Amino acid sequence: MTAKKNSAAGNTGVVTNILVVGIGGQGIMTAADVLSQAALALGYDVKKTEVAGMAQRGGVVTSHVRFGEKVFSPAIRPGDTDMMIAFEPAEALRWQSHLKPGAVAMVNDYPLKPPVVSIGLYDYPEAPLVQLAQSSVKLHHFNAGEAAIELGDRRLVNSIMLGAIADHLPFPPDILEQALLNRFQRKGEALTVLNRQAFTLGRRAFNKNNYSETA
Amino acid sequence: MNAPQPIEKTARKFMSGNEAVAQAARDAGCSVASAYPGTPSTEILEFIAAYPDIYTEWSINEKVSLEVAIGASLAGSRALCAMKHVGVNVASDALMTQTLIGAVGGLVLVVADDVGLSSSQNEQDSRYWGRFAHIPVLEPSDAQEAYEMTRLAFSLSEQFDVPVMVRLTTRICHVKGVVVNSPVEAYERKNFTKDPARYVMVPGNARKRIPLMMARDQKLSQASEAHPLNRIESGSEDCVGFVTSGAAYFHVKEAYPDAPVFKLGFSHPAPIEKIREFAATVAKLVVVEEVEPLLETELRAAGITLYGKDVLPRIGELAPQVLTPCIDKLLGKPCQDTLIETTGLFPRPPTLCVACPHLGIYYCLSHIKNTIIAGDIGCYTLGAGHPWNALDTTISMGASLSVAQGIDKGRSEADQNKNVLAVIGDSTFMHMGMQGLLDITYNQGNVTVLLLDNRAVGMTGGQNAPSSGLNIHGEPTMQVDFRKLCEALGVKPERIHEVNPYELPTLFKALREEVKIKEPSVIITNQPCVLTERYSKLPPLKVDEDRCTGCSNCLDVGCPAILVQRRETVIKPNGREKQLAFVNIDTAVCTGCNLCTNTCAPDAIIPAFNIDKINAVEVI
Ligand code: SF4
Ligand code: SF4
Repeated sequence: MTAKKNSAAGNTGVVTNILVVGIGGQGIMTAADVLSQAALALGYDVKKTEVAGMAQRGGVVTSHVRFGEKVFSPAIRPGDTDMMIAFEPAEALRWQSHLKPGAVAMVNDYPLKPPVVSIGLYDYPEAPLVQLAQSSVKLHHFNAGEAAIELGDRRLVNSIMLGAIADHLPFPPDILEQALLNRFQRKGEALTVLNRQAFTLGRRAFNKNNYSETA
Repeated sequence: MNAPQPIEKTARKFMSGNEAVAQAARDAGCSVASAYPGTPSTEILEFIAAYPDIYTEWSINEKVSLEVAIGASLAGSRALCAMKHVGVNVASDALMTQTLIGAVGGLVLVVADDVGLSSSQNEQDSRYWGRFAHIPVLEPSDAQEAYEMTRLAFSLSEQFDVPVMVRLTTRICHVKGVVVNSPVEAYERKNFTKDPARYVMVPGNARKRIPLMMARDQKLSQASEAHPLNRIESGSEDCVGFVTSGAAYFHVKEAYPDAPVFKLGFSHPAPIEKIREFAATVAKLVVVEEVEPLLETELRAAGITLYGKDVLPRIGELAPQVLTPCIDKLLGKPCQDTLIETTGLFPRPPTLCVACPHLGIYYCLSHIKNTIIAGDIGCYTLGAGHPWNALDTTISMGASLSVAQGIDKGRSEADQNKNVLAVIGDSTFMHMGMQGLLDITYNQGNVTVLLLDNRAVGMTGGQNAPSSGLNIHGEPTMQVDFRKLCEALGVKPERIHEVNPYELPTLFKALREEVKIKEPSVIITNQPCVLTERYSKLPPLKVDEDRCTGCSNCLDVGCPAILVQRRETVIKPNGREKQLAFVNIDTAVCTGCNLCTNTCAPDAIIPAFNIDKINAVEVI
């Protein structure tokens, strides 16, 4: 019997599985794309998939990024995620069961409550990250949402989150930074500078080397 | 991890399946491409439109779109038409005749099935249309194959004188992978040659084409048996072998990397004899196909013993975590329960956008009693959700009007005093709704039609349509005048109202008036979709905490920018309990549309003063 029930990579060598989660409109796809471009620049086989369509109207959005020497299925199997970048704390909790034991979870802890919560049909979890912290994941979280607004625009949260994950990837952080900045080449100097700032801010928040506290 | 050495960038592109189809069309010398937007196929035309040498258009529906491609093919050009699965139902009338006529310039129909229903009203297997129409079906498994097979489809079409279907699924369309391109082909357009015996499908002519079609089927079967797209991948596993196609192929490879696999790329007509030979080499043969047991049935009928939907799920994607327990069970192996624990979290369904011009309509509809409301496909389907709960039916594109007409004519005595309404958007109205309105006026239905014109195809991302006055490239063109159109379709001028959907009192007045009048009427709203450039933001609002009474009226609007800060329970003088919800507004996303101020009696919603903080930096 050679079928490997729980192998992330089949017989294809090591595959890194990154799950990017959040809400429609937060730029999840773009963040996943930048990650993919970085892995692609390194010569890996890369696959990226997402749930799109109606999800773009404020629904749950996830994007799977898989890279390695050879990648078959584009979708990460539940329980096989090495790394999660979550743009919202309750969404981080929603995907908890998809993480490998010991996975890195990088979470923006700025909450976004949907209308079904506002009108009182459901409760937003009291402290979504406490539950996540109790599992065996390596949880890192910070208020990237606030930071983005302070930096000038809430949409900068994307670059901040990418900065935050940069030192946790199996390749040098500069490769990711370059992939990010490539996006702005045509859009002018000001934007490039702003997004580099956002990226650096994210990295400072979570540089492995001087990182000491977990949740 | 040992990173492979960086290789030359230009050799490999990172593309989605939709992007790869577009590039393939360009590289194959395609010169006409048409589509109606529909998830997950929308981006195909958006990408093709970026190539200046190809004529592209958003057609008003899939039938028109296919007919445009047919015309181009008959004129001697290579032509491509893209649509989502339900679109083929619309286009099928043209398709079923075109299969008899054939193709002059390569004619490729790209169909994207929404397996797993990410945003569709049904799950449907378009491969049936291939069999039904006697046309070959190619099934790529990833973006690279989408590129290669789309290119092949053009030449197959010319070689066999037949339209060719490329069947994609969401996991091909929206998955990005590495794509290597092959050299661009300079396709030389042919000329139009009159040939009425072939192009005019009156019964006498059509009858003569049927034997030709049958002969073509034979040739296609032979081609499929020999085609390298239908290949055997040997494996060391000896207890099970798979026959699979499309996205399911990679799911099989991921779950059972060592098993022998028969990979189908040219899946219709199926290479039955080649599969029969393969079947003899494996202990157990499993057919893994998304959605219907189509190939399975065909192979069984050919006398091949196999497993299929008897052990695999009929619905949704066949991802590795779905396959593994089913196959392990079949093989008598202990299998792990892969059930994902539920978090017990609140659901986060899609909802209308902040400041969406439809919010006001649904607010009004949820406050008008005694209604039966037929809904339609598009963003306005979201009106069925909270807090509005305003729709009673949603069937198919354009169905709201005709369904409302049916409800009106078929209602019982008890329902006689109800107000029957139909809600439809602008592009949907032009797609299929106009005929429904004509039916209502012609047959004098008592239906109030809400035509929500946001000047875009909103749900798929705000594409242009005749209502926007812009073509696929954003260049100016004619803009449809809905008032005149409705008048032309037989609605009395005095029964047509144009209202600003942000002005709730006007909206209420128009609605109350029209539901009372027992004849066809139309209320047209006229504000643009917030996702388009036509929408202009105003300074945001905030809530004055001291004035907010916690009445929660503004929450009924359903704008996602309005958030509850705290809840309180108070006892009213009459002894009853009342729930209060004190709100604030997320000023970073509020666009100042002013809709919510209409609902706030104490005028607690006021301009936010940090306007200077709002700047327009463009970020990703
Ligand atoms: S004004 Fe009110 S309804 Fe309009 S966007 Fe702002 S919060 Fe939403
Ligand atoms: S409608 Fe006005 S008073 Fe009532 S909850 Fe909303 S802001 Fe407060």
